[in-house]
Amino acid sequence: MSSKSVATLAGVSALALYSSMSTAAGEQSKYNLPEPQSVIAHEIYDMHIWLMWICVVIFVGVFGVMFYSILKHRKSLGYKAANFHHSTSVEIVWTVIPCIILIVMAYPATKTVISMKDTSSPDMTIKATGYQWMWGYDYLTGEGEGISFFSRLSTPRAQIENKEPKGENYLLEVDNRVVVPVGKKVRVIITANDVIHAWWVPALGIKQDAIPGFIRDTWFTVDTPGVYRGQCAELCGKDHGFMPIVVEALEEDDYAEWVAAQLGASEAAAEQAEADAEKEFTMEELNTKGEQVYAAHCAACHQPNGQGIPGAFSALDGSELVNGPVAEHIDIVINGKANTAMTPFRHLSDVDLAAVVTYERNAWSNDTGDVVQPSDINEYRN
Amino acid sequence: MAAVHGDAHDHGHDDHHPSGIMRWITTTNHKDIGTMYLWFSFTMFMVGGILAMGIRAELYQPGIQILEPELFNQFTTLHGLIMVFGAIMPAFVGFANWQVPMMIGAPDMAFARMNNWSFWLLPVAASLLVVSFFVPGGAAAGGWTFYPPLSVQGGLGVDMMIFAVHILGASSIMGSINIITTILNMRAPGMTLMKMPLFVWTWLITAYLLVLVMPVLAGVVTMLLTDRHFGTSFFNAAGGGDPVLFQHIFWFFGHPEVYIMILPAFGIVSEIIPTFSRKPLFGYSSMVYATASIAILSCFVWAHHMFTAGMPTVGQLFFMYATMLIAVPTGVKVFNWTATMWRGSMTFETPMLFSIGFIFLFVIGGLSGVICAIVPIDIQVQDTYYVIAHFHYVLVSGALFALFAGVYYWIPKWTGRMYNETLGKWHFWLSMFFFNLTFFVQHFLGLAGMPRRVPDYALQFADFNKISSLGAFGFGLTQLLFLYIVINCIRSGEKSTQMPWEGATTLEWTHLPAKAPYHSFETPPVVK
Amino acid sequence: MSQESGHYYVPAPSLFPIIGSTALLFMGFGAALTMNKMELGYGLLAIGFAILIYMMFGWFGTVAQESESGKYNDQVDVSFRWGMGWFILTEVMFFCAFFGALFYMRVLSIPWLEEESLVLGQDWWPAYDGAWPTTGPGEFEAFTPMGAWGLPAINTMLLLSSGVTCTLAHHAIKENRREALKKWLLATIALGAIFIACQAYEYVHAYNDLNLKMTSGAYGSTFFMLTGFHGFHVTVGAIMLTVIYFRCAAGHFTSEKHFGFEGVAWYWHFVDVVWLGLFVFVYLM
Ligand code: HEA
Ligand code: HEA
Ligand code: HEC
Ligand code: CUA
Ligand SMILES: [Cu+2]
Repeated sequence: MSSKSVATLAGVSALALYSSMSTAAGEQSKYNLPEPQSVIAHEIYDMHIWLMWICVVIFVGVFGVMFYSILKHRKSLGYKAANFHHSTSVEIVWTVIPCIILIVMAYPATKTVISMKDTSSPDMTIKATGYQWMWGYDYLTGEGEGISFFSRLSTPRAQIENKEPKGENYLLEVDNRVVVPVGKKVRVIITANDVIHAWWVPALGIKQDAIPGFIRDTWFTVDTPGVYRGQCAELCGKDHGFMPIVVEALEEDDYAEWVAAQLGASEAAAEQAEADAEKEFTMEELNTKGEQVYAAHCAACHQPNGQGIPGAFSALDGSELVNGPVAEHIDIVINGKANTAMTPFRHLSDVDLAAVVTYERNAWSNDTGDVVQPSDINEYRN
Repeated sequence: MAAVHGDAHDHGHDDHHPSGIMRWITTTNHKDIGTMYLWFSFTMFMVGGILAMGIRAELYQPGIQILEPELFNQFTTLHGLIMVFGAIMPAFVGFANWQVPMMIGAPDMAFARMNNWSFWLLPVAASLLVVSFFVPGGAAAGGWTFYPPLSVQGGLGVDMMIFAVHILGASSIMGSINIITTILNMRAPGMTLMKMPLFVWTWLITAYLLVLVMPVLAGVVTMLLTDRHFGTSFFNAAGGGDPVLFQHIFWFFGHPEVYIMILPAFGIVSEIIPTFSRKPLFGYSSMVYATASIAILSCFVWAHHMFTAGMPTVGQLFFMYATMLIAVPTGVKVFNWTATMWRGSMTFETPMLFSIGFIFLFVIGGLSGVICAIVPIDIQVQDTYYVIAHFHYVLVSGALFALFAGVYYWIPKWTGRMYNETLGKWHFWLSMFFFNLTFFVQHFLGLAGMPRRVPDYALQFADFNKISSLGAFGFGLTQLLFLYIVINCIRSGEKSTQMPWEGATTLEWTHLPAKAPYHSFETPPVVK
Repeated sequence: MSQESGHYYVPAPSLFPIIGSTALLFMGFGAALTMNKMELGYGLLAIGFAILIYMMFGWFGTVAQESESGKYNDQVDVSFRWGMGWFILTEVMFFCAFFGALFYMRVLSIPWLEEESLVLGQDWWPAYDGAWPTTGPGEFEAFTPMGAWGLPAINTMLLLSSGVTCTLAHHAIKENRREALKKWLLATIALGAIFIACQAYEYVHAYNDLNLKMTSGAYGSTFFMLTGFHGFHVTVGAIMLTVIYFRCAAGHFTSEKHFGFEGVAWYWHFVDVVWLGLFVFVYLM
């Protein structure tokens, strides 16, 4: 190939790169880690830049020599080959120098690892639980203790299916954000209900796998108020790409306000739940509520139309089990079915479960006419 | 059949063998088997490549267009499995089959009949993998690493994958025992270990890695199988097991596995660079020791794939240091290659171009590997496109480029004909261009926060994904050119001489005619 | 053809490998379908096994014939030695995976789970003391662990003595005492067979009397997988010994060349050693 076409190719590729670079103006760099917002994230950011430069220098050094040789030591220039093939001193030098470089790299890394791991004496503790496909949060200690909610993707399906223009925070927005105060050491306890997920917020320098049955922890302290977005970072099945994490950091006063509002609401909700647990609902009430619960927790697999996905997720519409004895239906929803994606839904309230079971038994072409009350559910819990 | 033939040809060595398809099915000839390995691997490369094209097409723009998320995961999983076990590994075994006996002056492989079986197990495993796309529930969708509990949830496709892995394991184990035995027991008189060509050395060490780790993979998929169907609790916390246990055992296999895919590539490049520099390899013995050190170290670094799984601090630090240490012997190799080129008398035929391309891009991949090895940074880049970029730099522009280099280098010996040099150079430059277009931008995607194994992504990743997809289509089409070059060479290439390369020194060039005869070295040559 | 000719024997083209692959094709699909309780699977699996057995008879028969007709020179013999040696290494690594799982659970995951149940209280795991043997913290039926000093101890004695008889057989073949060779081989096979019978009895006992099952959490999983794969290897070893016995009876092997015998003996000793590992780590500790 002629050197001219090589030059053209190189030119085109450089152009392609640069043209894409010029669009990078916004707050979030497209080339680098996001702007760090916590101590650890800062250390990581700086360390990455610093190591990158070391690598660039090594790269330029090695290939500087190699390309010099490629340019000068060619047969076409009449260069005659030397015949050396060994030099102990040179070989020792280029074994020792990389070792030194590595030590230089490892030193700051070691310090950061140690501080990363120090989750002692937090100001507050939040438990994050991965579900297929949403996150559940429980504020365990500190200001806000007792708050508990689910957080799931709020981007409408229509945007994902290209039926609507995509919004600004496409795939990175949720219905309920994790709210934390700035400047406080927050310990996050991470676990999962079904398969492995990972809780990742790049700006805070945190990524931790959520292992079902085990707990892991990590910590952060947010510097400035703002909204920080991340995503689940461990393949967890069909909707792995659709379970974002959004952390909102507030000034202390705002946070206190938020906590008060949440606790007030949850107190009311708790009272309501207590009352509901005893209450007899009408079929209509249960169906309406059930449809919502279904959409939130079941439709990802069984699909809004109850048809499931053949081979992977069973259809509930027309299912023998759903149209059969109530007991078995409740059992599979509460306890799940071992070794399938149908995991236990014990974490939902009696009312939610009663509603969704009632809904499933009467939705689509199912027409059992059964009404399942929260008290029925309670009997099956053990 | 064997028994009948036995007496008539006591060495089983004359050219009287079944013809047509039966020749290939029953052959015990290392060259025939090598050829089958190479074609099989190229076929699998096409299949895996088409899956990659599916992935890149879906990721061309945000939103779900062609592949539903479940199917996308199946594509990703099978792309990884097929490329690793179907394309790269068999290609290197094909090289070993062709080259090892010729380079050490042996008549054939030590266990010629078993050699045939090692090959013919591969299509069986491949059909299990490919057919699994069409069974209820589809193929395995838990990633090529099939972590439980996700892979405990899957259906029939996961079981087909498990049995495919068992069969692939059996094939690799037989293949590597064969290679070890051939190298240790069948060298020509005078060919001491420290006189062996470097390609043979790297394969010897690779074969040792294979016999060490393939059985462990077989063990871990067996545990997965019993967890799925027989109620054991290896990876289930309720029963006292741990999903992370799977990761430990898997990566105890998986990390050495990646070196299994790169050491023979080092070997190929170490043959080519001296030839085209017309100068002996610099630091032969340090090359051998470096290869061995890489192999040994590779058995103690597995948990660098699990930095985010949660590990005690000392564990993280140990695995970080051990991983970083691998840069030292690898660096020795890179420096040795540079020193071999230094003050050589170089020419730049296609094999040399691909070898230089290999070193250039492999080092980028290696350096990004070191970045991944730094625990705090890995916390950010783990499971992002940064890692995808890292390992495509070492696998595609590493292993695959070295394979291309090797094919161009040895195809005159295999076919007795030359490939078309101009087209070969086009193949190189186009591959180089499109490869970087595809994968370089993925570093940026990863740093900026795009997770891997997702069918859809946030808007800020749109530009780079588009570039990457365009590059991937270009790279894929370029490989059709390779196919054409090879077929063209076999059919109507110019006749080659015994020594098409001026600087070559190994036995297959110095002792065998232009096209290596069907049976070479029935009487071993004597090496001084 | 003289046995010691310089040429390394390269077998003629053979159909056995492809027959073996066909067998595995049927077995692979058959097993996958069987696991998912699809009827078709059982048939495929059976056909696969039948073909595999046919292949083994044919292949090994051919090898025995080639060996007896003197095609294998000393260099081939060395190849067999390397081959068998590294094959046994792969078997060792296979067991390492399962031993690794056992150690990991006992040393790491179970203590972690115990700690967690303390930290997080009842709503996470029911109170869990993490003492081995255990089913793990989940809801499992209680079981009685397998004691070491009953059958397992007897089994240890059986295998160890079979190692001795195997060595005696080796001495016999080297000294060309064919009757003694057959006698000791037979004794080895018999000891192996009794071992397998005891193992089978132990399993029945575990399921019926101790309520110890594959599904009994960590203990059950590791117990059955380790002893099960070991038992499978003993069975394979015993079958190979039987083949060797018949070859000896048919007058195969000489006092100098008998790698067929030695390879199987190596394998038998390997199985022995694995058992010692099992006895210590599965039964005793
Ligand atoms: C051929 C395959 C191959 C090769 C050779 C390598 C080589 C290396 N890899 Fe890579 N790796 C993969 C294939 C490979 N890798 C794959 C497939 C995955 C992903 C698996 C998955 O999750 O699906 C992966 C993932 C992976 C991870 C996990 C990332 C994550 O998931 O978070 C890490 C982390 O440590 C890592 C590190 C390294 C290192 C340090 C090397 C080193 O060996 C590199 C050494 C080379 C150099 C450093 C360059 C040359 C040296 C010099 C010029 C000397 C001077 C240099 C210095 C002093 C720094 N790799
Ligand atoms: C071992 C070698 C290997 C090779 C050679 C490749 C080759 C390629 N890979 Fe590879 N890849 C892996 C190993 C490999 N990959 C692994 C292990 C994973 C991880 C899987 C996991 O997460 O579980 C992965 C994951 C992976 C991803 C991430 C998927 C995800 O996270 O969801 C992507 C995305 O871009 C990708 C792209 C490509 C591309 C474009 C090529 C190209 O180089 C392929 C080019 C080849 C062809 C295209 C075939 C030949 C040409 C034709 C048949 C002509 C027809 C072509 C056209 C119509 C254009 N790969
Ligand atoms: C992560 C995916 C997933 C989610 C979310 C899910 N299911 Fe399921 N479900 C499954 C799978 C897979 C099966 C089939 C299990 C099997 O193999 O029998 C199933 C089976 C069922 C069945 C039995 C159907 C039959 O005919 O056998 C019912 C009832 C059911 N699910 C109800 C629900 C309800 C109610 C919810 C929400 C509260 C829900 N599922 C959420 C995956 C899911
Ligand atoms: Cu949850 Cu990925
Ligand atoms: Cu690795």
